[in-house]
Amino acid sequence: MSRKLFTCNGGVHPEGHKDASSGTPIVILPLLPRYVVPLRQHIGAPARALVRAGDAVLRGQMIGAAEGYVSTAAHAPTSGRVVAVEPHEVPHPSGLTDLCVVIESDGLDQAVEFQPLDWRNLDPSALRNRIRDLGLAGLGGAVFPSFIKLNPEGAGIDTLILNGAECEPWITCDDRLMRERAAEILQGVAVMRHMLGAREVLIGIEDNKPEALAAMRAAAAADVEVVAVPTLYPTGGGKQLTYILTGRETPTGGRSTDVGVQVFNVGTAYALHRAVALGEPMLSRVVTVTGHVAAPGNYEARLGTPITDLLLAAGGALPGSIGKLVGGPMMGFDLEDNAAPLTKAVNCIIVKHSSLFPAKPAVLPCIRCGACARACPADLQPFEMYWFARAKDFGKAQSYDLFDCIECGCCSFVCPSHIPLVDFFRFAKSEIWERERHKHDADQARARHEFKEFRLEREKQEKAEKLAAKVAENKARDAAAAAGVAETAADPEAERKKAILQAALDRAKKAREGVTPRNTENLPPAVEKQISEIEARRAESGAAQPETDPPRAES
Amino acid sequence: MFSAILVMAGIGLVLGGVLGWASIKFRVDDDPLVEKIDAILPQTQCGQCGFPGCKPYAEAIAKGEADINKCPPGGEEGVKHLAELLGVEPKPLGEGLEAKPKAVAVIDENMCIGCTLCIQACPVDAIVGAAKQMHVIVADQCTGCELCLPPCPVDCIHMEVIKEDVATWKWRYPIHMMKRVE
Repeated sequence: MSRKLFTCNGGVHPEGHKDASSGTPIVILPLLPRYVVPLRQHIGAPARALVRAGDAVLRGQMIGAAEGYVSTAAHAPTSGRVVAVEPHEVPHPSGLTDLCVVIESDGLDQAVEFQPLDWRNLDPSALRNRIRDLGLAGLGGAVFPSFIKLNPEGAGIDTLILNGAECEPWITCDDRLMRERAAEILQGVAVMRHMLGAREVLIGIEDNKPEALAAMRAAAAADVEVVAVPTLYPTGGGKQLTYILTGRETPTGGRSTDVGVQVFNVGTAYALHRAVALGEPMLSRVVTVTGHVAAPGNYEARLGTPITDLLLAAGGALPGSIGKLVGGPMMGFDLEDNAAPLTKAVNCIIVKHSSLFPAKPAVLPCIRCGACARACPADLQPFEMYWFARAKDFGKAQSYDLFDCIECGCCSFVCPSHIPLVDFFRFAKSEIWERERHKHDADQARARHEFKEFRLEREKQEKAEKLAAKVAENKARDAAAAAGVAETAADPEAERKKAILQAALDRAKKAREGVTPRNTENLPPAVEKQISEIEARRAESGAAQPETDPPRAES
Repeated sequence: MFSAILVMAGIGLVLGGVLGWASIKFRVDDDPLVEKIDAILPQTQCGQCGFPGCKPYAEAIAKGEADINKCPPGGEEGVKHLAELLGVEPKPLGEGLEAKPKAVAVIDENMCIGCTLCIQACPVDAIVGAAKQMHVIVADQCTGCELCLPPCPVDCIHMEVIKEDVATWKWRYPIHMMKRVE
């Protein structure tokens, strides 16, 4: 091995349990009658639904469009009918629901026509937009929209790292993918390299996966280096793998692109290959189903597959299971509801059993032993952050670089007092994020309120000015009128108008006088008599006479 | 003797001049305390404190004319921050004031008659519409101050509490059993 590897501080050696699922080939799940596709499967803004209940869809049809910059599209996993676009259970630690498109399969699995991408000749920006519309997001777990990471502008990236470390226990989906589909992965890498203009390509794989290493080495071209890295959790962390392979340390608060490195997961490279070579959107992923199930293994399932069906494909949970984990035991979370579907972020489902996941021992007070700081791969001081997070003193916690914490769980793993340190850090982070949101809202509200007050003041002033101008004008006119009545009288235009008005008034008066009621002629004497009686009464009471105008209210 | 007095008086005059010049040159227009208090207030502009907006309330607190516990949208947390800033003891919210969950106003589009009264009442211009046209509230800009509710002649505006979703969900404070030490 020619390459000099660097050693990260910290890290732990949890039990691997990889053999449980790595022995069997990837099984492709058969077509299911029903899929639930969440519109938020990636980091950033959720996709905007393009379909409504009742719409017919085809496999690969875009059902959610990217909304805003940090977003990507969602697609129909099969042909059929949209049953609903409604909140549905999703795999999220909150157990909350999120907007999903529920599709009932018609069993035909008809696809839209896929257009392969001419990636070598296509304009870079157009190529990225196509990749966005094909819904590509990082399959390593962070699900960041890939088209943004593939933008080399301003980043100055010289090294592309493909992450095949897969350091988290139990998970073997990347391992199997590399063993079985190495050539396709490397074709995806070629596209990434072209798009980023990277000089060097490194593929980091932990040395506990000799078959994957061999397969990738056999498929790799001469200018792509496949490197075996020592097995140590969390080698697969983006910043950690960058340091181990290149010796470049990501600055605090920064990303690996700050040191000229871009990191992609092997699954993302495979999806990119399918996107450009076949024009196929991200429709499926390989997911490990393991733990206390009848047939642990890796399954290629369409995105939107209900986890219940995924478990059934793996032979179902065996009796005595005590819940499910999404992701690995170090960073994963408990699944609240099996109805939640498979998303781009879900790389593993572990069915728990008390023998594999014994109940956590009761927590003891922190004894300031410093084991967490020695285990921290990000060189932080978890015990200090813990004090402040526990006391809800978030400013202080942040001053210990809380946001450089990658939540790998090493500190909680080694803590002799079994303190769930990462839970405290996640709590503190989300509190700080909420505060930032509130502050942003308050700043916006303040600015808008101040502008409204300014606007009202301005309007008032404008009105006052207008009034003053009018008053001045009236005054000037009155003065002019007083100064020369003759002048105004001599105005021929005014005279003419006055004459017309007078003529009209005269005409109206004449017409009114000329009118006589027509129904008073040739009447029988009885009626005539009645009329004269009424007239007499009217004259007596002094009411309005027909000739004069009706009385008006005084103005 | 005289020279000493002259020297001292001279120095005094020069320094006094410098101070006088500095007080004009580096004058602070706004009371910085008001700005600091205003930064803590939630800017809902709801007027529940009895002042016509957050800034006037901040000014009143700075002058010592108003208590720090008159802002329900800021809640106990806001009172705590104000107390810290001003170096006084925090206290519970004032009588009759109650912190409510954050909400936004929603117009029932079937009932709106387009009278523009709510538009005039909105302190942050978050309502869009014109005379005899239907009005709509920009939810992102709405501070939930409820000032648009009373002017509506047809009572077509109601408040909807903002529900927690996947994007705004927060990790809970970890509660765990401590081992009993005998």
